[in-house]
Amino acid sequence: MFVKLAWRNLWRNKRRTIISISSVAFAVLFSAVISSFQKGTWDHMIDNVVRYYLGFIQVHHKGFWDDKTLENTMALEDIPAAAMNDPEIVPRIESFALASAGDITKGVLVIGVDPGKERTISSLHERVVEGVYLKADDQGVMVAEGLAGHLKLKLGDTLVMISQGYQGQNAAGAYPIQAIVRFGAPDLNKQLVVMPLSLAQYFYGTGERYTSLVVNLPNGRDDLDDALERMHRIFPPDRFEVMDYRELMPELIEAQKLDTAGAKLILWVLYALIGAGLFGTILMMTRERTYEFGVMLAIGTHRSTMGAMLWFESVLIGLVGAGIGILLSWPIVWKLYSSPIQLSGKLAEAYEQYGIEPVMKAAYEFGIFLAQAEVIFIISSILSFYSVWYVMKLVPVKAMRE
Amino acid sequence: MPIIEAHGLTKTYNPDKVPVHALRGVDLTVEKGEFTAIIGPSGSGKTTLLNIIGGLDRPTEGKIRVDGIDLSTLTDNQLIDFRQKNIGFVFQSYNLIPVLNVAENTEFVMLLQKRPKPERERRVEELLKAVGLEDKMDKRPSELSGGQQQRVAVARALAPKPSFILADEPTANLDSKSAFNLLDIMEQLNREEGITFIFSTHDSRVIERARRVLSLVDGEIAKDERR
Repeated sequence: MFVKLAWRNLWRNKRRTIISISSVAFAVLFSAVISSFQKGTWDHMIDNVVRYYLGFIQVHHKGFWDDKTLENTMALEDIPAAAMNDPEIVPRIESFALASAGDITKGVLVIGVDPGKERTISSLHERVVEGVYLKADDQGVMVAEGLAGHLKLKLGDTLVMISQGYQGQNAAGAYPIQAIVRFGAPDLNKQLVVMPLSLAQYFYGTGERYTSLVVNLPNGRDDLDDALERMHRIFPPDRFEVMDYRELMPELIEAQKLDTAGAKLILWVLYALIGAGLFGTILMMTRERTYEFGVMLAIGTHRSTMGAMLWFESVLIGLVGAGIGILLSWPIVWKLYSSPIQLSGKLAEAYEQYGIEPVMKAAYEFGIFLAQAEVIFIISSILSFYSVWYVMKLVPVKAMRE
Repeated sequence: MPIIEAHGLTKTYNPDKVPVHALRGVDLTVEKGEFTAIIGPSGSGKTTLLNIIGGLDRPTEGKIRVDGIDLSTLTDNQLIDFRQKNIGFVFQSYNLIPVLNVAENTEFVMLLQKRPKPERERRVEELLKAVGLEDKMDKRPSELSGGQQQRVAVARALAPKPSFILADEPTANLDSKSAFNLLDIMEQLNREEGITFIFSTHDSRVIERARRVLSLVDGEIAKDERR
């Protein structure tokens, strides 16, 4: 009966209730779309870096991350056998070089990979836009599309590289370009050269040494904690450092946090405005029924029952609005998730200047919609304290005099 | 045993500023089955007396016992329970819950008492038949006349089978026909089912039908007439 009563009370003043519900629905729609967009764009960008380059977890020789020199590499014999036999752990060698083509020279990031294993871990083969993906014994390299463009190189051209190898050796070599790869992350696209692992080891003169072991997570982030625990068990902490992607790219994670915090602030301002409107409705719905509350108290309704009914009325306005907002935002978010917006022109350039892939993609996650409903539930519950407080202090005789 | 026993009831509003003495030492006893009218000019203390008898207000001084229970010993929550179980209220302005229909308004107090649904339905039907509104069960209060609304209020007051009914100016907003109709119903319930009715009223039509008339003047019982 009290649920029915609360529901009917909402519709005593239809116009007012519709305005309140609409404002909540608008706030939820706006908030769900913005939150999905923001999370989706960041996740997409981080995934680009994590999936095609960094990996979710990396293991290094202790101290490598702070001093990324080839002297801090791991020798094959130092690596626990359990790790080398694990199909989900893939070795890499990674360093810098100076690349040249014609008159143009540029600093590049070179990574030597096991092409077979790398297929499962980084889906690098999916990024090939021209040419043929590497094989373990190939003598050629794959060059990022942006870098190839900068150096004016095409498929089949030769890339000349010079660097400092292991223990101060000179590293130099000329390599045919057998594939062009396109990376989503602009920073990678501008500077990455990928070589077969043995070729890279030969180039840097490291022999059977590796800069990092990248750990594959078949189920993505969901497996992260378990995999970290497993790696900490396999690799003794006195000789190795185990790092997850958040530690590997702290600037990007911090930038994401900062951006998310800024957007949250805007959404909270929006919710505060909506909350003020909702409070006005709750205030009127309460004050105009003072006499009726007095009668209800007189005939034996407990204040707690009335308080619960008033709380339910407030929450109902909020949740009906939130439900409508979610229903409206759902198809928009789905559309932006399944067909990301590829930015172009000046906007795309601006994104790339900040190292962000010029793609706007929504995250399609139930949790984002649920979070909006939770916020509205909390706001309407807090606002309903006024009504509850009002009936708790109500004296029936005085109320019936109004 | 009397249903209501009041001794030395005093009610003073604004005792610290400008004191208004609504009741000045009222002594009163009401027996089961009475059909009593409390009359007096405006400001004589009729509504205050009804409020104190109904546990809606507390006296400044004096004792009030209803069904043997000293109301001053009850907490606010206990008083709410007490009113719910023992007292039926009929107010001047009908005071039905506007969003509930006739049957739901009648059922309301029984719901608070958590009575089983079949019992509630039976009782609602029985009461609405008694007040002649069995064909208006699904109507909202706004769809009824003032007289019909007041009859629903009587049915609601009777629903939990209270010890007595307190009615504050029940006919004040009714036309003559509706007032007579309502009085007929209340008189019949009093006569046939022994329900005790206590009214406060200005209305001569009610006063004529009362079997006991208490006249209040300046917060004191000036006359207690039994017929």
